[in-house]
Amino acid sequence: MTSLTDLSLTEMKAGLAARMFSAVELVQAHLDAMAANRHLNAFIVETPELALAQARAVDDGSRTGPLAGIPLGIKDLFATQGVQTTAASAILKGFVPRYESGVTANLLRDGAVFLGKLNMDEFAMGSSNETSAFGRVISPWKARGSDAELVPGGSSGGSAAAVAARLCAGATGTDTGGSIRQPAAFVGIAGIKPTYGRASRWGTIAFASSLDQAGPMARSVADCAHLLTSMCGFDPRDSTSLDLPVPDFAAGLTGSMKGKRVGIPAEYRLDGMDAEIAALWDAGIAWLRSEGAEIVSVALPHTRFALPTYYIVAPAEASSNLARYDGVRYGQRITPPGGNVHDMYAATRAAGFGKEVKRRIMIGTYVLSAGYYDAYYTQAQRVRTLIARDFELAFQKCDVLLTPTAPSPAFAFGAKTDPIAMYLNDVFTVPASLAGLPAMSVPAGLSASGLPLGLQIIGRPLDEGGVLDAGLAIERAAGFTARP
Amino acid sequence: MSVDSETVRKIARLARIAVTDDEVPGLTEQLNGILGWIEQLGEVDTSGVEPMASVMPGALRWRADAVTDGGIAEQVLANAPDATSGFFAVPKVIE
Repeated sequence: MTSLTDLSLTEMKAGLAARMFSAVELVQAHLDAMAANRHLNAFIVETPELALAQARAVDDGSRTGPLAGIPLGIKDLFATQGVQTTAASAILKGFVPRYESGVTANLLRDGAVFLGKLNMDEFAMGSSNETSAFGRVISPWKARGSDAELVPGGSSGGSAAAVAARLCAGATGTDTGGSIRQPAAFVGIAGIKPTYGRASRWGTIAFASSLDQAGPMARSVADCAHLLTSMCGFDPRDSTSLDLPVPDFAAGLTGSMKGKRVGIPAEYRLDGMDAEIAALWDAGIAWLRSEGAEIVSVALPHTRFALPTYYIVAPAEASSNLARYDGVRYGQRITPPGGNVHDMYAATRAAGFGKEVKRRIMIGTYVLSAGYYDAYYTQAQRVRTLIARDFELAFQKCDVLLTPTAPSPAFAFGAKTDPIAMYLNDVFTVPASLAGLPAMSVPAGLSASGLPLGLQIIGRPLDEGGVLDAGLAIERAAGFTARP
Repeated sequence: MSVDSETVRKIARLARIAVTDDEVPGLTEQLNGILGWIEQLGEVDTSGVEPMASVMPGALRWRADAVTDGGIAEQVLANAPDATSGFFAVPKVIE
């Protein structure tokens, strides 16, 4: 038998149901893999005792559900009752929530086993996992003929590295501007961000509330579908949660593209686009056409304004959301000798936040400040309306959009020191985030250097099923079997 | 628009983040780099375009004006850096 950690989540479900192995055996195999791969720094906290107790409850029949016994990693952005939750920030070191986030509560309800908390960019601000206060996460992948350590992408880099290295069957991620899709592409796994409002934001540490969405990361489209079904659902505690039924995404998955129209946005073919990325995109177009889809050209004319819009809206919301870290109610506190409460706030936040987080809070504070609000923030929200309208018009001509996920394969640590160069990594993922649309990345090939590349599918609001079907069609046609 | 070191100090003060004199020049340069880049949004003609309020259409829900929890002061205070007698404690506010 192949190693238990090599099974897909779908195969684990079947194996557990057929009693080919116990939940304890399955979980122990993953705990062993975690112990053997600590150099990746994927986990901030490991919870082996909790995981084994949950697995024993599955084996004795007291813990049931569609995900019973499935070992998952949880991004450290989700509050987990009784287990330290920090968003990979020094300011929250030692914070142990007394409550469970909506998304993780749904997974626990369905019987999933939690292995621990996954490393990430601090407060989900980053595309390379270099901003974590707990040290960078290292990708399990290496370029052919090179020993250089590579970034796993970000911000859900711990989730990406752990799933790719077979340390867990799947993981939770969150996506504000591409934080599920870009790391999934960098490590050769699948990941989907559902429509804004599908997954509860309650108990998920807020970055930019109008953009933040949770979603699963796993090694196949079907595995993502199982996790997505469990993670989504109405939560009255989140004012933007959608009160709509959640389909069984795994049961509905067909991979059929017959009669579907696939839109190709001309504006995504950037000047100077990496030839490998362009070739992969063309291959994806050919695969979907041969599966029976009609390929149509669409226009998304405001695409080039998406990144600057995002880098106004997201920091603005972050500066407001992160105001809560004041050293009073939770987390770290620094009081200078003889300092008053204002000195305490400023010293606590200076010591507790990393460079990128401070930069974004300050940008956000500036664009929201008196005299600049209309020129920056209101203008950005108007452009956001135009970006969303572009998608609406495109979806009159097609059912899903196909694009690359990222402009390059994974890069080395320290390769992008200029903040804007780092921001440009999200050029293909940010527009769908601004419009709240479901979008996924599927591994589709390898670069000449032997590193994974992903293709992105963007769907209409609430059409996660259509996105997953196109994802499955790409997955089947690409036959991606490479592993780190 | 570009920011000078005085504006950077003011932003830091508004954001309640202490910055040292050594940090100001670097921050000024970085913030100006980012602000210069996002300024391209000014090119877009947005006359007659409403600012986006919500990506998903529909009005916000109402909820019953009812007490749904309470009596968990101990849990609320459990992560406080300093809590005494059922309250959050902070350094002196008024001299």
